[in-house]
Amino acid sequence: MRRIQVLGTGCPKCKMLTANAETAVKTLGVEATVEKVEKIADIMKFGVMMTPALVVDGQVKSAGKVLSAEDIKAFLA
Amino acid sequence: MSEGNRKELKILGWLVGLFLVLYYLPVEAARFQGAIIEAFKLAKWYAREHVLLCLVPAFFIAGAIGVFVSQNAVMKYFGPKASKWLSYSVASVSGTILAVCSCTVLPLFGGIYMRGAGLGPAVAFLYSGPAINVLAIVLTARVLGWQLGVARAVGAVAFSVVIGLLMHLIFLKEERAKAAQAQDVYLGDDEKGDRPLWQVALYFFSMVGILVFANWGKPMETAGLWYAIFRAKWLVTALFAAILGVCLWRFLKVRLAWIVLAAIPAVVLALAFPGHPVLAFAAGSTGLAVLTFFGGAELKDWRDQTWGFAKQILPLLFGGVLAAGFFLGSPEGKDAGIIPNVWIQALVGDSPSALLGLISGDGSHVPGWLALLWPVWTNFFASITGALMYFATLTEVPILRGLLDSGMGQGPALALLLAGPALSLPNMLVINSILGPKKTLTFVGLVVVMATVTGIVFGAIVN
Repeated sequence: MRRIQVLGTGCPKCKMLTANAETAVKTLGVEATVEKVEKIADIMKFGVMMTPALVVDGQVKSAGKVLSAEDIKAFLA
Repeated sequence: MSEGNRKELKILGWLVGLFLVLYYLPVEAARFQGAIIEAFKLAKWYAREHVLLCLVPAFFIAGAIGVFVSQNAVMKYFGPKASKWLSYSVASVSGTILAVCSCTVLPLFGGIYMRGAGLGPAVAFLYSGPAINVLAIVLTARVLGWQLGVARAVGAVAFSVVIGLLMHLIFLKEERAKAAQAQDVYLGDDEKGDRPLWQVALYFFSMVGILVFANWGKPMETAGLWYAIFRAKWLVTALFAAILGVCLWRFLKVRLAWIVLAAIPAVVLALAFPGHPVLAFAAGSTGLAVLTFFGGAELKDWRDQTWGFAKQILPLLFGGVLAAGFFLGSPEGKDAGIIPNVWIQALVGDSPSALLGLISGDGSHVPGWLALLWPVWTNFFASITGALMYFATLTEVPILRGLLDSGMGQGPALALLLAGPALSLPNMLVINSILGPKKTLTFVGLVVVMATVTGIVFGAIVN
């Protein structure tokens, strides 16, 4: 079971990244949860400055970018 | 009470509220009707004057910043080990490229404070960001006049450093303790910089050129350099458009045939209707938008970003313009908004006579001490209101235009511009959750004092 977290305060870009992560999980068919982290204090704990950021299994993979579903698949494979 | 019941109750509440509003709606009142018409007059004025020539190119530029300017290159100056001198300077101006989307400002602020360069640079960034992003500068200068536009940008940058340094000094002890235990921070991967700086610079230069010259205002006198530029402004704009075309062709690898094809409608319209350059401009913008479909991934990103900004900001601006028109009236309509002009003059006008007139019925005699203290009061009032009020992205501009037309002084307008977008009651709560109440109050206090002082000085210079 993989755990994907999308860090962002709820701006349009963060929603886009969440949607892309969900698409990636669905098309790959892996078992994974996608959750949003929206509280600033929680986002800070990851040591990320730019949002939206993508965290896979507790590891920050990208910050400040909207990754495409293809990009996210690479992290899950 | 169950979750479902609560939801139904909420709907009932909204319906009852709507009913009461409609029940007592003063549609018969002439003032109310006038205000509604004013709202649409103002919306029309914006649509005619500001959308096509100013907002559309500004969106393209903001989108390009998001794609072609490496934000990580800036981020490294916010790390815990960065030189302090650099952190402050970069923090005070980096809002231009980092704060184009208001939702990224607060996480960045938190990150710089907790993990990176510390309180001072974080505060400097938070304060200047909303004032110096491209869209804010362009719209402020265009709608409120270039003096206020420049004063806003310069004031925001200068005072962000001052406020940042003061915050750092006030809380020096805590800052030292925090610096001792530096933590790791994820600053993002280094982008592969495959595009030389001069190419990016030329590309932005061409777009900024289009924006500046398309909006070149008609000067008062009919001779001299400014007038000559005004006469030739469409020719110059076309020249910059040609440079942009070359950039797209050479640097972004769009096929020359497509670029020429996209430019043809604009050229034809420009030659057929030389009296209506707006037509050619619209055709050119459309051509550029279509072109982005025939390029690589970067052009797609550019289009997505630009479209994202337009989608996010235009509805807010539309609402802000309607509200400003309704409450404050449009530039032509004299005193036709819901709020009477005399109230605004009495609170933030250039002289206290309107207030005295309201109180005693005679505003012609202004005592000397009151005239002297008046700017202090108006600027303080403007900055504290601005600090508490929430302005959705860029809506501060139409609202201030309305206030200025209703008789607000230039000084208080700048004070409100400086204190307003950087602070609001909701974002104070978020800042509070990051900084704690003591630092938050100090920050708010500094912002209000600085904005007041700047407003007083600016008002004195302009008058």
